[in-house]
Amino acid sequence: MTDTILPIRARSDPRIRELKRFFWRLGRRKTTIVGGVIVAVFLLLAIFAPLLAPYDPIAGNWATVRKAPSAAHWLGTDELGRDMLSRIIWGARASLSAGCVSVGLALALGVPMGLAAGYAGGWTEAILMRLTDAMLAIPFLILAIALATFLGPSLTNAMMAIGISATPVFVRLTRGQVIAAKVEDYVEAARALGNPPLRIAVRHILPNVLPPILVQATLTIAAAIIAEASLSFLGLGQQPPQPSWGSMLNVAKGFLNQAPWMALSPGAAIFIVVLAFNMLGDGLRDALDPRD
Amino acid sequence: MRRFILHRLGILIPTLIFVSMMIFALQQLLPGDPALALAGEERDPQVIQYLRARYHLDQPLPVRYAYWIGGVLHGDLGESIRIQRPVAELVLEKLPVTGELTVLAMIIALAIGIPAGIVAAVKRGTAWDVAANAVALWGLSTPNFWLGILMILLFSVHLGWLPASGYVSPFESLWGNLATLIMPAFVLGNAIAAVIMRHTRSAMLQVMRSDYVRTARAKGLSERTVILKHGLRNALGPVITLGALEFGQLLSGAVLTEQVFTIPGFGKLVVDAVFNRDYAVVQGVVLCTASFYILLNLAADLLYAAINPRLRA
Repeated sequence: MTDTILPIRARSDPRIRELKRFFWRLGRRKTTIVGGVIVAVFLLLAIFAPLLAPYDPIAGNWATVRKAPSAAHWLGTDELGRDMLSRIIWGARASLSAGCVSVGLALALGVPMGLAAGYAGGWTEAILMRLTDAMLAIPFLILAIALATFLGPSLTNAMMAIGISATPVFVRLTRGQVIAAKVEDYVEAARALGNPPLRIAVRHILPNVLPPILVQATLTIAAAIIAEASLSFLGLGQQPPQPSWGSMLNVAKGFLNQAPWMALSPGAAIFIVVLAFNMLGDGLRDALDPRD
Repeated sequence: MRRFILHRLGILIPTLIFVSMMIFALQQLLPGDPALALAGEERDPQVIQYLRARYHLDQPLPVRYAYWIGGVLHGDLGESIRIQRPVAELVLEKLPVTGELTVLAMIIALAIGIPAGIVAAVKRGTAWDVAANAVALWGLSTPNFWLGILMILLFSVHLGWLPASGYVSPFESLWGNLATLIMPAFVLGNAIAAVIMRHTRSAMLQVMRSDYVRTARAKGLSERTVILKHGLRNALGPVITLGALEFGQLLSGAVLTEQVFTIPGFGKLVVDAVFNRDYAVVQGVVLCTASFYILLNLAADLLYAAINPRLRA
């Protein structure tokens, strides 16, 4: 009896059907799969860096200063004789943690603000949106540079600066989605049942506006990784001797004639991981697009 | 239209006030006594005393903000501690260099982005579309400072065609000016070209499905006329607005590009100020950038309203 009922229930549940359709659409695009696989590889590199890196990323070796790529050092060595591959693998930690932590911070600040602005309206919305407009008025990297300058140079401060700079995008996006969702029938029904506003906003509206926010989060991780590399390139992010792709490029700039390989691998690493997040974000957006 | 302009101006003023408050508040992020931080590493007691008096640091925060914004409204953005010159003077001195670089970058971005977007939309689903989208994705994913380094490696170190760094004024040598700016402008315009390409493609796809394009085709007009006269003209509105907004991103990108190519512009000024802990310069540059960006936003909105009859009514 149970055996015959369960499949019918599973088939008729619109949420499961929608989820299956979403994964089918997601898997249909090869670029999304490739993006996802690359992101997963870099995540594994970052997590298992101590096991995977062939050399110590910090200890210098005067016998191997600026050596071209070879069997011993696949990506060559830097100006202090450190293995480039090991520094790239350890650098993945700084880049990916900067991307994820700063976007997490932007989500933690931006989504509640957008939810409050969109649902409450009135003065709450006016004040929050003027504040958001003010933050959006300062170009993303300029604001991050200004914040990182005043907070002081470190990876943690760079992540905070990037997170705060990325917040207004999520406020705007969430507010727009909430304004559209709050006139839907299911919200009216929740209100008619006597649910308090906070419960309606968090339990009924938020889950329904999350998909576009997740797409934006994926794309913002790509932007945050570039921003962290930019801040590190300027000396405002990860501090030496700790490895970071941006600071490695900054050092490489001074050795373009003598050791061009020093500039190739850190930049290629940033490019590949950002490209992967962009491919994943584009795929998620298309899979969630109701017009598709 | 008049109501629209008044509404936009009504939003502009509180936004500017919030921006000024935020930039002023940056100083509060400095750990410890701001006078000590602003005085730099030497911490000369006379300088500290001067800074306390100059920035009214013994006064409550709202009073300090009132003094600061009063100065800003009179064109006083403070003084550079390192160079001992007014920040406003430094900004005005560096602005033309960055202005020239960003305008050149925007021309390159439009020259690549719009034709690529048209081709991708008109030849949707073909190899052209796939190639244009791949180039756009490449443009969006390449950090401009890395692209700059790669271009220096190729065109300066290996081929020796272009100078790796520096800036030559156009009044000194037009060719020298172009030779020093072409690489940084391409690097800067690259990512914007990708954004413009994507928006042009999307706007063209929408326009090409509309009734008036179908009518134009039914009248027997050539495909070229249909695309350029009826399609592109209508699709360009949002693209122009976006282009204006992307100028803000160009200013962000200029900070890094000027650093890579050692161009003495606005971006180099802010980076040098960051390294010298010249906070007044950082605040001044951020305030100028934000004000410029807000006015650009307003101009873009008004431009969009001017070309969109539905908003004009």
